[in-house]
Amino acid sequence: MKITSYRRDPSQEFSFTPENLKKAKVFMARYPDGRQASAVISLLYIAQAQNGGWVSPAAIEHVAEVLDMAPVRVHEVSTFYTMFNLKPVGKHLIQVCRTTPCWLRGAADLTRTCQDKLGVGLKEMSEDGLFTVMEVECLGACANAPMVQINDDYYEDLTPERLSEIIDDLRDGKEVPVGPQTGRQGSAPEGGPATLTDVPPSGSKRAKEDTGTGKGA
Amino acid sequence: MLQDQDRIFTNLYGLHDWGLKGARQRGVWDGTKKLLELGRDGIVQQIKDSQLRGRGGAGFPAGLKWSFMPKENDGRPHYLVVNADESEPGSCKDREILRNDPHRLLEGCLVAGFAMGANACYIYIRGEYVLESQRLEAAIEQAYEAGLIGKDACGSGWPYDIYVHRGAGAYICGEETALLESMEGKKGQPRLKPPFPAAMGLYGCPTTVTNVETIAVSPEILRRGADWWAALGRPNNTGTKIFSISGHVNTPCNVEEEMGIPLRDLIDTHAGGVRGGWDNLLAVIPGGSSVPCIPKPTCGSVRMDFDSLRDVKSGLGTAAVIVMDKSTDIVAAIANLSHFYMHESCGQCTPCREGTGWMWRVMERLVRGDAHIDEIDSLLEVTHEVEGHTICALGDAAAWPIQGLIRHFRPELEKRILDAKKRGQVAAE
Repeated sequence: MKITSYRRDPSQEFSFTPENLKKAKVFMARYPDGRQASAVISLLYIAQAQNGGWVSPAAIEHVAEVLDMAPVRVHEVSTFYTMFNLKPVGKHLIQVCRTTPCWLRGAADLTRTCQDKLGVGLKEMSEDGLFTVMEVECLGACANAPMVQINDDYYEDLTPERLSEIIDDLRDGKEVPVGPQTGRQGSAPEGGPATLTDVPPSGSKRAKEDTGTGKGA
Repeated sequence: MLQDQDRIFTNLYGLHDWGLKGARQRGVWDGTKKLLELGRDGIVQQIKDSQLRGRGGAGFPAGLKWSFMPKENDGRPHYLVVNADESEPGSCKDREILRNDPHRLLEGCLVAGFAMGANACYIYIRGEYVLESQRLEAAIEQAYEAGLIGKDACGSGWPYDIYVHRGAGAYICGEETALLESMEGKKGQPRLKPPFPAAMGLYGCPTTVTNVETIAVSPEILRRGADWWAALGRPNNTGTKIFSISGHVNTPCNVEEEMGIPLRDLIDTHAGGVRGGWDNLLAVIPGGSSVPCIPKPTCGSVRMDFDSLRDVKSGLGTAAVIVMDKSTDIVAAIANLSHFYMHESCGQCTPCREGTGWMWRVMERLVRGDAHIDEIDSLLEVTHEVEGHTICALGDAAAWPIQGLIRHFRPELEKRILDAKKRGQVAAE
């Protein structure tokens, strides 16, 4: 649960671009007639992306209008779910998983690395506007701990040194491979799977080079 | 050890094509029409015979749950909602199904949904799983194109639609009624039961909410037969299970194993053993953060299934094994979980909203030893006051790790308090 304040800045305006409105309609069509409120999370995601990574009060009101909901209901949703940022965030939002499985393998060091390197506190944006660091609860990649999520991507099996390099690369605009940073295959044990060696050949080539880069086989 | 031929998730590690072509080569969507020809009752009976128990944590018999859906359609649509809101600390198994074998899940959605008289299925996936939801969307598109789902799913004449619904970062939405609230566009706050979802669920219609793994294994059970599944493991704890092994092991991983595998074998065979050897083990949380930890002596003998772990006052939960070696500050490890539950409490019920914060604050003091010996008992008492006094099980889940800690590590807690006192006295002198 998080508690936030709601302040409306009259200078802010927000409405979906035509493409985003089209996208929004696709999501709304997934639910029965009269149940379009079900799409509120999807629409808030679209609004957040369009608004540079956060949902402003104006965006909340616009989503409410599109979905024919009371603005306060949308506001409720945007404050209840942790993935909506109610304040501007850096271009790269670093979320360090802090919960026990990651903590056991050094998550606290990752947080410290981010903070020391960027000179920011938690939930603060770096001066150049490139990074915001926060700690979040379990991200569900415990067999690849410790890990962080940066925007949409998971970076797993991290060390403070590797995370530091990733931050440098992101700052320099370089492409960083996502997924396990040790060359490990998904959540198979390090050094290669001991099981599933006797599986009938599926005909597809073993995509050894696909180290969970998100590109798929 | 489970033979590879008995493993269902043959693309668990994403070595092969996740798409439709690869899935078909792994035997997914093979004769699905025939499975549907078993009929609603036939499918449910097979699942009952297999003794499959839900893989989402509670271990409720799956066939029984499916049978709760009304037999006759009273005009309201029926819904299948798949719970892919995997957020239990330690658990990362559904993610592998979602990203590496999405078609296995989709086939299960059709078969299970058909058995419930549903024509629509929503997969509620946690918001953070962005890649996984994209894979799922792509797989759904492939399935529509191939006529596996849609107006005439697999040529069975049964219309069936599957949609992805993304969450947005709330552990509580893994609770089935909170998930339904969230799906309806509200805050994810659990509903009082009854009415149960099978009577009034999504949009007030009959609904069954089921975990990803439960759904994904079901077509294979029907194909290979309930006997095959029931022969694995032991009665009432049958089949295979994906175990997530994390923490202080040499090679953390996900692995599909037979139910009832000894915990020690699981760790030694698949996770490269405890860091520093078995003797360096302190304790294990065997089923995700919500179940009480078990100390080393128990770890050496316990089997990984629902009943064995219940007998040692813990639980299989989601089969997420969190291993802690002797370097672990066990009090801090549990305090960390207390912080998790405080953060994730939806705030609806007072015992949980206030209790989780209170318990965390006391736990933080216990980490430092900044407490009175009596406070261990008052903490224990409060955990019992929270447990069972809330709408959903999050209150219980917040209480159990602390109860496990006090049950097995009370001397450690007392030692810290006494040490802190001594330090205080020395400092005062």
